[in-house]
Amino acid sequence: MTKPKMSGAKAIIESLRRENVEVIFGYPGGAVLPLYDEIYDADIRHILVRHEQAAAHAADGYARATGKAGVCVATSGPGATNLVTGIATAYMDSVPMVAITGQVPRSLIGYDAFQEANITGITLPITKHNYLVQDTKDIPRIFKEAFYIAQTGRPGPVLIDIPKDTQVETIEFEYPQEVKLRGYKPTYTGNEQQVKKAASLILKSEKPIFYVGGGIIFSNAAEELRELAECIMAPVTTTLMGMSAFPTAHPLSVGMLGMHGTRYANYAVQESDLIIAVGVRFDDRVTGKISAFAPNAKIIHIDIDPAEIGKNVRVDVPIVGDAKNILKSLLKFVKQEQVKTEAWTKKIAAWKKEYPLTYKKDNLLRPQFVVEQISEICPDAIIVTEVGQNQMWAAQFFNYKNPRTFISSGGLGTMGYGFPAAMGVKVGKPESTVIDIAGDGSFQMNSQELATVVQEDIPVIVAVLNNGFLGMVRQWQELFFNRRFSSTCIENSVDFVKLAEAYGALGLRAKKKGDVKDVIKEAVKSGRPTVIDFVVEREENVSPMVPAGAAINEILDME
Amino acid sequence: MKHTVAVLVENKPGVLTRVAGLFSRRGFNIESLAVGVTENADTSRMTIVVSGDDNVLEQVMKQLNKLIDVIRVSDIPQEDSVNRELALIKVGVDSNTRAEVMQIVDIFRAKIVDVGVKSLIVEVTGDESKINAIEQLLRQFGVKEMVRAGKVAMNRGAKVVQSEKK
Repeated sequence: MTKPKMSGAKAIIESLRRENVEVIFGYPGGAVLPLYDEIYDADIRHILVRHEQAAAHAADGYARATGKAGVCVATSGPGATNLVTGIATAYMDSVPMVAITGQVPRSLIGYDAFQEANITGITLPITKHNYLVQDTKDIPRIFKEAFYIAQTGRPGPVLIDIPKDTQVETIEFEYPQEVKLRGYKPTYTGNEQQVKKAASLILKSEKPIFYVGGGIIFSNAAEELRELAECIMAPVTTTLMGMSAFPTAHPLSVGMLGMHGTRYANYAVQESDLIIAVGVRFDDRVTGKISAFAPNAKIIHIDIDPAEIGKNVRVDVPIVGDAKNILKSLLKFVKQEQVKTEAWTKKIAAWKKEYPLTYKKDNLLRPQFVVEQISEICPDAIIVTEVGQNQMWAAQFFNYKNPRTFISSGGLGTMGYGFPAAMGVKVGKPESTVIDIAGDGSFQMNSQELATVVQEDIPVIVAVLNNGFLGMVRQWQELFFNRRFSSTCIENSVDFVKLAEAYGALGLRAKKKGDVKDVIKEAVKSGRPTVIDFVVEREENVSPMVPAGAAINEILDME
Repeated sequence: MKHTVAVLVENKPGVLTRVAGLFSRRGFNIESLAVGVTENADTSRMTIVVSGDDNVLEQVMKQLNKLIDVIRVSDIPQEDSVNRELALIKVGVDSNTRAEVMQIVDIFRAKIVDVGVKSLIVEVTGDESKINAIEQLLRQFGVKEMVRAGKVAMNRGAKVVQSEKK
């Protein structure tokens, strides 16, 4: 069989087709002109963003919602560097992504050519792997490897930098059937001896707790988690990344742990005798003061990345592998056995009653109320968040039922992530209502994407919890800097309703509690990209709170 | 505490940057690094000396293993292995001191590889302490220039570091 001849640019498109890519988010420029010429005819949807950062976040949101690698494209130099924040965001949260950048022609690399930036060098610490195409005929192999690396093991972003001249050069196209990577062989099945050891610890434990994170979601293990938790009657706490991995309303759910976690989750972790940690990395926002973390607990740590095990805490039973597989095999060992957690679950139920997540229920429009109303009116929505107070309230007051319905920048904490990510989510899940719970600060970091959602008809809803402050920073200034609100007041920066309208989107506003329901319903009903300006109490704080560096049971209430 | 780690990597451009970059951003200290091709032309071997306790060593090895271009990482224990460094030392000499320097070179089973009127170059291989020792002795004559190559190491006996396993 003769291999078809085609340009490097065409080979890129062909490779994307082989990987079943249905959409790419991008922005053209000089060094990707040959590629864009092919995109013009391709049967892959291209969504033109208004800033490359948004392309990366949209690809990231798409990936988190669908489980498939998101794809973004940018030109060389500034186009590529604008992707950096989005790539770093995806890297910190282990999101499968393939970023394609144009590069100056090979003959000019290293000569400080126009729009040249060493993007493989720049992204070295924030990609799972990256490539510079040096030989055009490598394009199919590199794409095959890139998608494989991005989507297997611990997922992550992979960048492919493609010099302009290689996009033009003709090659014989042959897409490899399989990858040959000597140095990359992720482990999926847990070591059976270790699983047995873990099972015996579980059966001995009187106060076990699951501490689970994004790994559950990426390995599609929510069902297995629920079965196992119900089987051994152990409470489940999730990290921010693990929100939606376990139903909020489940009797065994204790919500989020850590800095803004529930009191009962933090108490439970501190008092537990066994932590079953799955797909988590013992981040400082979770553990608080590490030496005081869960002092009485043995730790089982299940993760696909061996480097996470033992990185921050000592572990009694490490198991490297895929969460879904390992939870399944754990279940086999504990299924028929008797557990001794009755007193423990009772104690936790009592804590839940005594220290519920709450806020002041008066006549004022408080941000938590807005989130609760969204939860009530749109129970099946996919919630995307910005970063800061909005993110914490979205985690605390929405009732999550299914995995991949809470999407947020956890590790990097990227303000401006939510709106473009929501755009990617909606493209991947067009049937779902997609709501970006935003702050007025974060939303303004990427509000230019209103142009994209209107042009491409991507009806996401942005719920701006508008308090005229960079609220989380203001909260810390209130608590730890003597209320000196340095550079955090952004009152009256823009009329969000007019801003939406200027772009051709729907703009709505709620100033009173009584308006909230109506505007949410109107936004959903409109089927249009919508910004809702919720004018909320200005100095509301996220509560409870564990100050940075304190043990997680040293909790402050904010009222 | 110092650890010696043998790292088999793909023999292609940019790999050294990936490895070196990993050390700096994770806060690990490289004491010495040597790279060269192995018995397979497509594989290079780095010998890296890193300082830190056992936890640091474990993290270094795990993080290295995460790099796609890293094929195998292996700890080479000090005992049970052959460790070698190489140094070239340019020593200032005159007619009075030349013989004495040559005597020291002899004792250390080093070599004189270049002789000039006012200086000579000593080539010495051995473990770190041997090289430190000869350098110390030659200092009294005036060391004009010295270059040391990073340490290379290999397990004694049948044990090998091969690219097949990982």
